[in-house]
Formats: sequence, structure tokens, C-alpha cells
Amino acid sequence: MEIKLNLNGRAVTASAAPDTMLIDFLREQGCLSVKRGYETSNCGLCTVMMDGKPILSCSTLAARADGHEVYTLEGLQAEAEEFASFVANQGADQCGFCNPGFVMNTIALLRENPDPTDDEIRAFLSGNLCRCSGYESQLRGIRAYLDSRK
Amino acid sequence: MEKKLYRAVGQPIPKKDAMQLLLGKPAYLDDVTPKNCLVVKVLRSPHAHALIEEIKTDVAMKVPGIECIFTYKDVPQERFTHAGQTFPEPSPYDRLILDQRVRYVGDAVAIVAGADEACVDKAMRLIRVKYQVLEPVLDFHTAKDNPVLVHPEDNWVAPCPVGADNRRNLCATDCEQDGDVETVLAECDYVVDRVYHTKACQQAMMETFRTYTEMDVFGRLHVISSTQIIFHLRRILSHALGIPKSRIRVTKPRIGGGFGAKQTAVAEVYPAFVTLKTGKPAKIIYTRQECQIAGSPRHEMEIRVRVGADKSGKIRAMDVYTLSNTGAYGDHGPTTVGLSGHKSIPLYTAGLEAFRFRYDVVYTNKQAAGAYRGYGATQGIFAVESAVNELAEQLGMDPVAIREMNMVREGMIMPAYYNEPASACALDRCMERCKELFDWDAQYPVRDMGNGKVRAAGVAMAMQGSCISAVDIGSATVTLGDDGYLLSIGAADMGTGCDTILSQMVAECMECEVDEVSVASVDTDTSPYDSGSYASSTTYVTGKAVEIACGRLKEQLCSIAAEMMECDADKLYFAGDKVCAKDGSGFVELRDIAYRAQCNNTIAARASATHCSPVSPPPFMVGMVEIELDRETGSVEVVDYTAVVDCGTPINPNLARVQTEGGLVQGIGMTLFEDVTYSKEGRILEDTLMQYRLPTRLDMGHLRVEFEQSYEPTGPFGAKSIGEIVINTPAPAIAHAVRRATGVWHRELPITPEKILMADE
Ligand code: FES
Repeated sequence: MEIKLNLNGRAVTASAAPDTMLIDFLREQGCLSVKRGYETSNCGLCTVMMDGKPILSCSTLAARADGHEVYTLEGLQAEAEEFASFVANQGADQCGFCNPGFVMNTIALLRENPDPTDDEIRAFLSGNLCRCSGYESQLRGIRAYLDSRK
Repeated sequence: MEKKLYRAVGQPIPKKDAMQLLLGKPAYLDDVTPKNCLVVKVLRSPHAHALIEEIKTDVAMKVPGIECIFTYKDVPQERFTHAGQTFPEPSPYDRLILDQRVRYVGDAVAIVAGADEACVDKAMRLIRVKYQVLEPVLDFHTAKDNPVLVHPEDNWVAPCPVGADNRRNLCATDCEQDGDVETVLAECDYVVDRVYHTKACQQAMMETFRTYTEMDVFGRLHVISSTQIIFHLRRILSHALGIPKSRIRVTKPRIGGGFGAKQTAVAEVYPAFVTLKTGKPAKIIYTRQECQIAGSPRHEMEIRVRVGADKSGKIRAMDVYTLSNTGAYGDHGPTTVGLSGHKSIPLYTAGLEAFRFRYDVVYTNKQAAGAYRGYGATQGIFAVESAVNELAEQLGMDPVAIREMNMVREGMIMPAYYNEPASACALDRCMERCKELFDWDAQYPVRDMGNGKVRAAGVAMAMQGSCISAVDIGSATVTLGDDGYLLSIGAADMGTGCDTILSQMVAECMECEVDEVSVASVDTDTSPYDSGSYASSTTYVTGKAVEIACGRLKEQLCSIAAEMMECDADKLYFAGDKVCAKDGSGFVELRDIAYRAQCNNTIAARASATHCSPVSPPPFMVGMVEIELDRETGSVEVVDYTAVVDCGTPINPNLARVQTEGGLVQGIGMTLFEDVTYSKEGRILEDTLMQYRLPTRLDMGHLRVEFEQSYEPTGPFGAKSIGEIVINTPAPAIAHAVRRATGVWHRELPITPEKILMADE
């Protein structure tokens, strides 16, 4: 089937089998930041924005993106860079495999709530697993960024 | 303690690859290897123990797109091990790429390769296998000398004398002692005698096992893998495939986490075999379920501890017996078990008059175990630290006080640790500081919160090593480029930041900025030999090699400068951006030395060093936890975890802190949620991460980490290790706190709400 969508600000038309998952479609389109951690949609690594809302691309059919606007981290570099260096300053990036999903969901959080408390950050990002960092450094990074804006 | 002033060492700088990783740039195996290649998958056994009577692949082969299907009839018949260890490996050679006998649910039955995933999946369903189902060995208590043998085959080999005997289901056995433990125990006023049980926990790194293989232009097998052990992998593949090592090249991209899982060649043999047979590029990507059932998890262990003390609390004797379950294959079986005693008993060196440490490692028809952060020490420390907490309770002593009385201190010789000295040990200061930070005296008494919840605290100590002494090799080559330096190492940065940490050491030695140091990618063709990233060895061993290589490079650069200045090199000294005459008569700039190195020059602007340490200085730490336990639901919330670590000199305090926090949370997961159970037929029930629950950011309270520095004279800039020790304190500390809150000692992990409620009744 043919899928037409707006991907990272550009009109894209591509064909895909009806059972293609959005994650595989996006990686096929060169959006390699989108990662698969599990098959059971509980790690958050594959988070992308559809119509401005964070979704799990591993459990969304590519067909569902037809006619919609999808952003991956490739298309949100500037927005990510704003706070990513604060996370890097904590050494929180570690192996990095969970980073794109974590960064995408942090973007979603900050769009929705520009000044979250620590508990709000934890709650919003609770679906983003990380096996390396123990989470505290990610929180310190976001906190340092928020404080820098005050 | 020496406190030295450094420029780059000790700085909390970001990792060199941080921004690229955070911005999601292509860096991992599936991002950087071609899409156009054969998709490889493994058909797996549904039985815990069976013989393949017949396997029919003809129908499956007809599926359009299928390239090849291999069975046990197609593979070499020399046995080998998947364990990434220095040759000769202590792990028995007990594997074939595919075997007629399958030994656990998930064991490889056939390799299928095709143009895409759909056709491979279809072909897998069409392979017809007739099994002769055999009785499995599922209970590791009855494995030794069981009439059912996991490895009855004649070509099973144990390359090292580890006490292995396939006719007894034994992967290793040993006994070591110092003093007469029975006599001293008999004299003790108090003896605690307990058995503890830990499970086969999964590393659960976010990037599953994956490998890409191709033939290069020279007709060699090029393996790109998410691995911690490029050099061992080359040798393992050579053994498995029966081709010379020189015909194999292994490289690695960035790795999405390892924690030891990727110190075993879990996935590599399958695509490598396909590429070797077909000449075509091939890729395998494990599903999460495959990682859960056919990975390389922690060894399940049952540990009996007998610890004896006199009335004053002086610990006089310790007797540890470990029964370790290596599962269907012996990868890391003979070595992990050693740490369960060697990294636990020495914590109590101070007044210890006698110890004994015995173990058996047995084969069963369960998933083969491997290397997981802590490598046996985690299991042993859970047991010994819990036993000491039980002892303190019997004595009516404060658990901190009993440790202060008995702990190993700087300068002591540790008989239970190969008689190595505690040459750098701040364990006493860790305890003092942790106690103060945590406010132990106020937090230790159990507090009823008045809402059905109670708060309680627990404590534990830990140690680890900094390498495998007199075995692990670290090497470094440092080159002066047109500008800046290139550092080449064979150790694998798996997210821990070793590329950055070792660059900090180059910058320290060469008196330059860390940004002026580039790190070459890891490649068996070009990197200097390194055992690999495991055994907590990279900072300590490879770091020392970096320091030595830099010293040699400075001499080389002085020699080039001497030719430029027409004097003897020994009249010169290296001063960072220039080389100067000692008498002040002149200098040449480093920039000009770099140009000179490229023109009319016969002296390499490059130096290498290879290092190996005769000792493995332990890092030490103390962890204290405060939990809130809900009496109605049995759920445990970690409110506060305070850890104080002595890793010698922290080369990069930020990265050391994040290592600690990451290890603590993994340890909390292992203690409270991560369970591995089997059906009575031998199938793992927690085969997805829905059932095998990892800690989220809501499952941990406040983590506080501090460092108490010591200075290890044999380490680079006084450094020891940090990577593994950090996972060792949560289990005993939390079990202790749960006892305080409920009155029940939980001696089996994980301590789930169900177990807490059941035990309460
Ligand atoms: S950084 Fe490795 S999983 Fe988060």
C-alpha cells in the first residue's frame, strides 16, 4: 500500500506492506534514531511524534501515519540540542541506545509543561527505560537545563 | 593518602560521543551495516533435553527467497566455547554450532537465512523436526552425579584443570582453605549457618545481541558485532568455523549496553557460518525473547555460609560453599563461581583465623549462564553480607559496628584473596562517611509511619577486582598526528565511557586538551591486543598501558626534536606544546615536530605499550538503604540509597557516579523484581520484559553517591575499578531492611511483594 505523510517537515510518499510497523517504515526512510528495544512496547526507545504527540512506533502500523505529520529526532535536532548538552554534562548518555526515545519524550514533556517538577519529569518519562544510567543523571541533566533558563 | 593535582584526570567532562548519541546519530550495528544482506534466524528447541531423530528442510527450502538452511549435519564437529576468555579458556569446550542433542528450551536446532524476515519466518515454520525427548536435569541440587548426563559426548574437552567432568555433570569443582575452619567454628560463641539463593538474572541491555558478517575484498570473513571482546571473538569464531584466525577480522560499532552479556559470543557464529558457506553478507538481530531464553545471564547460585564470631563480635572463621548452575553449557562457569568466595570472604580479613571456600558448578538443562556485571561476586556478597547481618542480630550488635570491627583495612594481606595486599583501601572511610551521610543512627530504628507502612534500613559492604591478575592484557598505541593525538585501544567502550576516560589519561600525560585526543575505532586488524572490556579491567589495565605508551611517545618526540635541534635527546624534555632544552637554550614546537615526523624522518611519532598486572586491587564500597514497606501489599519502595565508593582515583567523577547509580538500580531490580522461573518442562516463564520487569524511574528513590579516594600505586594515576562493584550492595542491604521491617529474613531473590506477604502469615 502507498503511504503519504509529512515526515520531519517533508512530504514523503512510499509503499509499505499493510503489516509494516511504523518503526520499520521510519528506519527504511533513513530515520535511524528510532530504536527497537523490546517487542512488547514497554521501553519507549521507539518514541516519535505523530501530530505533535509522542507515540510508540513499534506498536503503531505505518498505515496509521498515512495523512499525518511525523517527527523523529532527525527532524528535531535544534530543539533537542537545547537541553541535550546539559544531559551530556552529567555523563547520562552512557551507551546511548535509549537516548533518542528519551530525548523525544523529553521534548514532548517540555512542550506540554515547560517547567516540570522532578516528580512530573519522572512520571512523564516513566515509560522510557534505561538500563545504564540508573536515571538520576538524566534527571540532573534536565534539572540543570531548567534551572539555566530561570 | 597522596592527593595529586591533575589537569585532565579527575575532571567530570562529558563523554566524547555524548552529543552524537543524544542526538540519535547512526552509531549502532543496525544503523551502520548494509540493509541488503541475508536475514539470519535460529530455529530453537521446544524441549529441555532431546535428540534430533530427523530434521526435514526440503519444504522450507522451497520458500521463495530462502538461501540456505543448516542443521547439525552441516557444521564442524570440533567443540568450542562461547565464553570470551583468554586462551586456554577455563570454560569447557562443550558447544557445536548446531548439535544433534539439544540441551535447553531455546537451544539452536537450525540456522535459516533468506532474503527477508518474512520468508525466513515462513521457512522456520516449515522445518519438520522429529525429537526423541529425553529426561532433563532441571534441579541443580540433583545435577551432580545424576544418571542423566547433559554432556555425554566423547569429544567434550576441558582445556584447563578446573575439576570439570562431563560424566558427573560437573563444569568445575574446587576447595581452598586457610587454617582449620571446623576447629575455629567449634570454638566460636556464635555461628550463623544459612543458605542463600540467587537467580539467573538477565543483563537486559537495551540493544539485543546482533552481528553482521561479510567477506571482504581479501576473501576474509569480516565480522561486525555488538561485542565487548573483539580479539576473543576472532579466536572463538576460528575454533567454531575451523578457519585460521588470520582469515577473520572483527570490528565493533558503538554498543547499546553489554554488562557482560556481550563477553560471550552469543549470536556471532550463526551469521558467520552463513557468510562463510554462501559468501554473502548476513545479519542476525536477536529478539528480546531470544535474549531472555538464549542469552548469557547470571549464574544461579545457592550459597551456604557459616560464619563464626566470639562474644565481642570478632569474626573468626568463615566457611562458604557455592553450588552454581551453569545451565546447558559451561560459558564462564568455572570462573564466575570463584568470585562468590574470593570477593566476599576477604571483606572480613581483620580477625579471620580460618576460612574455607568450596564449590561445585553443575550442568543442567536450563539456559546457559554467562558473565553479568559482578560475575559471581554479586551472589557471594548477597550471601556473606546477609549472614553477617544475621550474625550481628544474634549478637545484638549494630551491623555497622560489627563491620567496623572486622573489615579489611589498608595494608592488610588478604589470605582469601590470593594473599594479595589491600594496598589501597578506604573501606573504613567509606563506612564512616556513609554512616554520616545516611544518618545511620537515626534511620536504623524501624519507624511505623502510621499508615500501614514501615520504614527500615539495611547495610552492606562490597568489593570486586580490577582485572584478572596475571592474565588480562591491555594495550595502547598513541600517535602524534598533524595536530593532536590518536589513541588506539582494543578495549570496547560499551557506554561506560572508557574512550573518554583513556583520552583523559592521554591528555594528562601529553599535557594537552582532551579534545585534542581522538580515539581510533576498535578493529582486530589495527588495534593493539586487549583482552576486552570485562573484569572491571579497562581503566586499571588498559589505562596503565596508556600511561606507559605516553611515556614512550614523549621519548620518541624528544628524539625527533633532537634531530631538529642537532643535540642529544637526553638534553631535552617534553613540555606539552613543545620540546625544550633542559639548559634553556632553545625549543621546538610540537607542531613542527609533527611536520618533521612526516619529512626526512626515520623515528616514529608513535608508541605502544602492553600492560598486565600481577595483582587485582579491589575497589570497596558501602551501601545503606532506607525502604518503606507496605504491610498490606508487601510492596517495597526504596526511599533512599546512599553509597560511598572507593575506586582509587576517580578518573572522571561524573562517569564514575553514573556507573554507580546504574549499578545500584540494576541491583535494586535484581533484589525486588527480576525473577527467572521455569515451568516443570523447563521453559522460562519470564521470556519477555512484560514478565521480567526492569526498574523504571519510579522504582527508585533518591540515590546518593560519594567517593572516598584511595591511591592504588599500581593503577594509572592511582585508579582502581568501578564498573562491577556497584551492583553488589543492594541485595544484602535491602534484604536486611526487609528483615527489619517484617521480622523475616528473605534468603532467596527476588524479594517480591508476594513472598513478603506469604512469609508474614
Ligand atoms: S544509556 Fe544505555 S540504556 Fe540508557
